[in-house]
Parts: sequence; structure tokens; C-alpha cells
Amino acid sequence: MSKITGAQMIINCLKQEGVEVIFGYPGGKVIPLYDALYDSDIKHILARHEQGAAHAADGYARVTGKTGVCVSTSGPGATNLVTGIANAYMDSIPMVAITGQVSTSEIGTDAFQEADITGITAPITKHNYLVKDVKMLPSIIKEAFYIASTGRQGPVLIDIPVDISQAMVDENITAEIDLPGYKPTYKGNQKQIKQAAKKIFESKKPVIFSGGGVISSGASQILTEFAGKAKIPVITSLLGIGSFPEHNPLSLNMAGMHGTKYANIAFTETDLIIAVGARFDDRVTGKVAGFAPHADIIHIDIDPAEIGKIVNTIIPIVGNAKDVLADLSQRFFELDNKKSMDRKKLWIDFLMDLKQKYPLMYDKDSPNLKPAYIVEKIYEVTKGEAIICTEVGQNQMWAAQFYNYTKPRTFVSSGGLGTMGFGLPSAIGAKTGRPDKTVIDIAGDGSLQMVSQELATAVSNNIPIKIMLLNNGYLGMVRQWQELFFNKRYSHTCIRECVDFVKLIEAYGGVGIRVTDKNQVEKAIKEAVNLDKVVLVDFWIEAEENVYPMVAPGAPINEMLEWKY
Amino acid sequence: MNHIISVLVENKAGVLAKISGLFSRRGFNIDSLAVGPTEDDRVSRVTITVHADKQGIEQVIKQLYKLINVLKIQELDPNNIVERELVLIKVATDARNRAEILEIVNIFRANIVDVAKKSLLIEITGTSSKVNALKELLEPYGILELTRTGKIACSRGSRKI
Repeated sequence: MSKITGAQMIINCLKQEGVEVIFGYPGGKVIPLYDALYDSDIKHILARHEQGAAHAADGYARVTGKTGVCVSTSGPGATNLVTGIANAYMDSIPMVAITGQVSTSEIGTDAFQEADITGITAPITKHNYLVKDVKMLPSIIKEAFYIASTGRQGPVLIDIPVDISQAMVDENITAEIDLPGYKPTYKGNQKQIKQAAKKIFESKKPVIFSGGGVISSGASQILTEFAGKAKIPVITSLLGIGSFPEHNPLSLNMAGMHGTKYANIAFTETDLIIAVGARFDDRVTGKVAGFAPHADIIHIDIDPAEIGKIVNTIIPIVGNAKDVLADLSQRFFELDNKKSMDRKKLWIDFLMDLKQKYPLMYDKDSPNLKPAYIVEKIYEVTKGEAIICTEVGQNQMWAAQFYNYTKPRTFVSSGGLGTMGFGLPSAIGAKTGRPDKTVIDIAGDGSLQMVSQELATAVSNNIPIKIMLLNNGYLGMVRQWQELFFNKRYSHTCIRECVDFVKLIEAYGGVGIRVTDKNQVEKAIKEAVNLDKVVLVDFWIEAEENVYPMVAPGAPINEMLEWKY
Repeated sequence: MNHIISVLVENKAGVLAKISGLFSRRGFNIDSLAVGPTEDDRVSRVTITVHADKQGIEQVIKQLYKLINVLKIQELDPNNIVERELVLIKVATDARNRAEILEIVNIFRANIVDVAKKSLLIEITGTSSKVNALKELLEPYGILELTRTGKIACSRGSRKI
């Protein structure tokens, strides 16, 4: 039997898992792996910082549904991955992170560039491994991909000492999954599903609350059909954006701190929430005690720990959103759908009136450069067909509010962790996964500066993403809070005139366009989208524009600070 | 309220750290934790005593189940278990009070496992309340050292986890 190195074995295993691209950064303890990669047809995208590699793998996973892979060396390389791993963990993104480690004989000696990365990442990974025997590599890699992509998806880290990568191993060693304690539940309990169908049938004011689990399980189509036929309005979480087409009249868009007024009122008035793959984040519920005071809650989630964690649930259903919704839909339509719809008519009429009355708004007549206007124009120019990645903060909320998402996996945003600097590298990953799509990073100037070195990654790897920078010279969302809740004391949030972004992108070899006038917006977006290059459009937006509606932190969600209609 | 949870886990390196880490990051305080291999040497049993309300203990169990190396979990019914703790207590003594201490030890069916000129080492197994009672009686003599294993427990009858 022929022998290969551990590093070559890693490459073989990755190929068996269908890995086509790795995002990474070399270093001393992964040189053997990079040496093996040199002879491989697996594509490697060289990030400029390991955090960028992790976010790129994350963005790739979100748009393709495949498991994203990132690689770093030991110690600082590995710890630089931590934010990206935590981000993927919070948003349940399938990812495998491979880190180099000092050799097994040096582990525990505080050797050069040693960090206990399995210890560090234990709370932010679904599972992690320290490989101590080269013969275990195939089964560990197989298990890691299986764990990352099944059940509630999430990141798995494999820490590989350098001597393991260099050790020789039989090429044909077999890999087996041995996880006696890991048995995700996909099919929901039929008795509970039947109860849920009856409850939905009897309710007068139901809403569906659709989260990221609907997208990751591929349940968007079933959800859309079910909601449409049963005439049940749909509210999404931030990560649920795209799970239900927003041009559908039954869409109430996103709820919560910066959700629509009609979604928040719907939550406050509803008698039944059917939550699907959504985890009742505090940004959605506001003050939990005041959340949905009249509602019974049916909670469908693949992770039992999410059910009952924040809100009390009347019917818990553990299972995959796609499987459960299919069964629930069938059970529901066995009942008299007409009677059920008649019962709900007043509710639908009430919500449709609210939608008309309180649309998302901004001052459309203003001559100033309004961010919402720019996002609307991006939607028009791309005809809603682009993949939109976002940074974190005001830009993220405007991107969520004013672009109309009609398909799953087209909105890529850091929800749970709220990671500034996520948008640019995730757009690189998204474009790598979907080269056929226009990929746009709707950015803020604060976030972009956290990862601006990744402009080099995009340019040098010919990944023609478009960065639409909503540049207000502030850490905008923090400034908004300071304005509203701290008497306009803008402590350290003004970052104006610190960098010329057009020159910056040009320095990296991309194209920069500056827009200071409303009349230039559409032309600039068209130019950016049509150029087959990395383009940054630097929009100098109105500096103190706020995101509305807004629920003050800790307030009930029906108490909104609003745009004045 | 105190709850006793019995957790069967794969006997692998790092599993205990993942369990204890889960408790600390979720804000639950472990009162007692004992771990050791079971009749199957690939499996360890972790017995955890934790203070939590009903919702809290439910969440602890659900979160524990998410750990890949956790095989089974059972919350034990305090009315239907046998629980034990092993404790070693080193008590300061001299010729005058040694007999008194021996009498107390006998009443508690504890054992003297080491005798020195100025100390006795006492071994006791039993429930936490029995151990605490002995400790209280020995305190006036001067407890030099005390070490407890943490509580282990098993449900009565032939049913397994």
C-alpha cells in the first residue's frame, strides 16, 4: 500500500467532500498543507487576514449551501479566525476551519506560535478536534463535514499539529463516521404537527415568523406555497430575509428593532405565531415581557434548545423546517381551508391596510443623498437579481429595508454576532461561490475600514465584487444611539476625512467612483455593475440620517420611534 | 432548586472541559461534579449537581445534548436514587480527645484510615447531609484538611439511563 503525507491525505479528504475552494492564509505550521495544495486542483483564495478568510468561507456557504472551508496557521493565525468562526456559529453557517498547530511533542510547552485553539473555540464551534494520530485524519475530516452540514448547521474546527501533516500514512485508509451521540431529528412529531395544523386552522390572527432555518433547510418554496394557500402573513427575521418573497402581498417584511411598523404591530396583535427556524433574538422581541402578548406560539426548530429558550411555546416541534412544513401543510389542507380563510379575513384586511398606511419611508423629496434612495436604486439597476452582502450597522438595516428580496440565499448579513467588517470578505466568498451573479457589498465606512485590506484579495484574485459605500463619516448606528439616547454626545464616533476611499481602491488596483449628488447615483451604480472589475462607489450620504423605524433598546416592539409620515 | 443530572459521555480527551465550559458560559453554577468510567470503558458517567429553576434545568439538558460527545442525559429523581459522596477529613487531635473523636466516627460508620501523633484521617461515604453532619461535629477539634469527591448517584431499580 502506498504512503502519502498527512497533508496530502487532508487534500484527498477535502476533495472527497467535494471541496472546490479554500479561503486561507499560509504560515509556518501549515506549510506542509500548502505544499500539498500546490499540486492540487482545489482553488485557493489568499485572504489578507485570517478573519477575511473565515468570513469569505461563511459568505460562500451562505450563497451556495455548501460547507465553506478556511485555513490558517497556528497561534495568531488561528486566533484571527475566531471572530469569523463565532460569526458562523451565531448564524448557524456550515463551515470547516482547519488550523495548523505546533508539533505534538511541543503542545503544552508554550512553543512559538502555540495557542490552545480547541480550548478557545469550544464555545463557538459546533464541535472541534485536535488530531493526535495521522491515521485519524480521514475519519475526523469526514465527521467534521458531516457535523457542520447536518442538524443545526455550524462551524467545526480541526486543529492539526505540523508533525501529523508531515507523518506518512496509508493512502487507502478508510474513513468512518463514529458519532454515537449525534442524531439530529429531521422529521417532526406527527401528533404535534397535527395539533399545530388544528391550532392554525382555528386561529383568527396567525402570522408565520420565518428565520434563517427556512433558508438553510431549503424550505422557502414550501413556506411560500403554504402561506399563500392558507393566506397567512409572513414576517421574517434578519436572517430570514429571502425566505419569503417580499413582493408577495402577504409579506410583512422584517420585524424587530428596525423592522416594519406593520410587522411589529402584527406581532403585538397576533393570536398565533408559527415560528419556523427562527430563534427569537432580542433584536426581534424587544422587551420579552411585552412581546406578542396575545399569542400562542408554535415553534418549529431543528435545535431543541432554541424552543422555549426565550418565549414560552404551546406546541414545540423539533425537526427540519422543510420536512415539518411539508407535513404541516398536508395536515392543514386536510381540514376545511375555506372556513379557516374566512376566519382570518379581517386580520388580513387589517394588515394590508397597515402596509399601505405605514410603508418604509424616507424623505424622497430631499435633494440630499439619502442612503435609502441609493439602496432602492441598486435594486432597480440590478432588477432585484443581485446577491447583497452587508457590513454591520445603519448600512445593514438600510440594505435589509429598501432592497426587495425575492429569493433565498441572496441576502448575506451578520445577524447574531453583528460583525463589523463582515460584508467585504463575505462578498468575496459569495462571488466565488456564485460567479454568475452580481455581488454587492452595501457597506459603511466604519465597517469597511475594519477589513479594507481584503480589497487586495478581491482585486488580486479577480473577484469583481461591487462595494456600494454609504459613507457618512460616522460609526453611524452608534452615532444614532448617541443622538437619540445620549444627548448627541458623539463620543469617538466621528471618523470623517480619515481616508479617501476612491484613492484607496485605486491603490489596490480596483476602480473608484465618487458620488456626491443625487443625480449621479443611478449612473454610478450602472457603471459599477457593468464593469468586470472590483469597483467601489463612494456615496457621500447625508451624515446624520437615521434608520427608522426604531425600537429603543429594552422597549416593547410596538413602541417605535418613527419616520414622520 | 438543586438538580442531579447523570450524563453519559464518550470517554475522550477534552469532553469534560466542554461540559464544564458549557455551564460557565451559560451562567449556571455547578455545585458538584464527579466523573469516572462506567462498566463500558468507552463511556464515562458525569454526575452534576446544579442549582437552577425548571426552565434553567431544561435549558441545561438541551444544551448538553448539543455536545457531540454526549450520549445520554437523565435528570435523577431525588426521591428514587442512591447518592453517595466520599470524603476524607483530617482532624487535629491529641491523646485527650482521640477517644471522643473515635466515638463520633463509629456513630457515623466512618473509618479511620490514618493515625498520626497529632491528627486522624477519617474516611466517610454517604449522602451530603450525613457528610455535613460529621463535618460539623468535627469542626471544634480543628479540621486540618478536607477533600470531597463530589456527589455520585444512581437511580434505584433495574432501569438504566
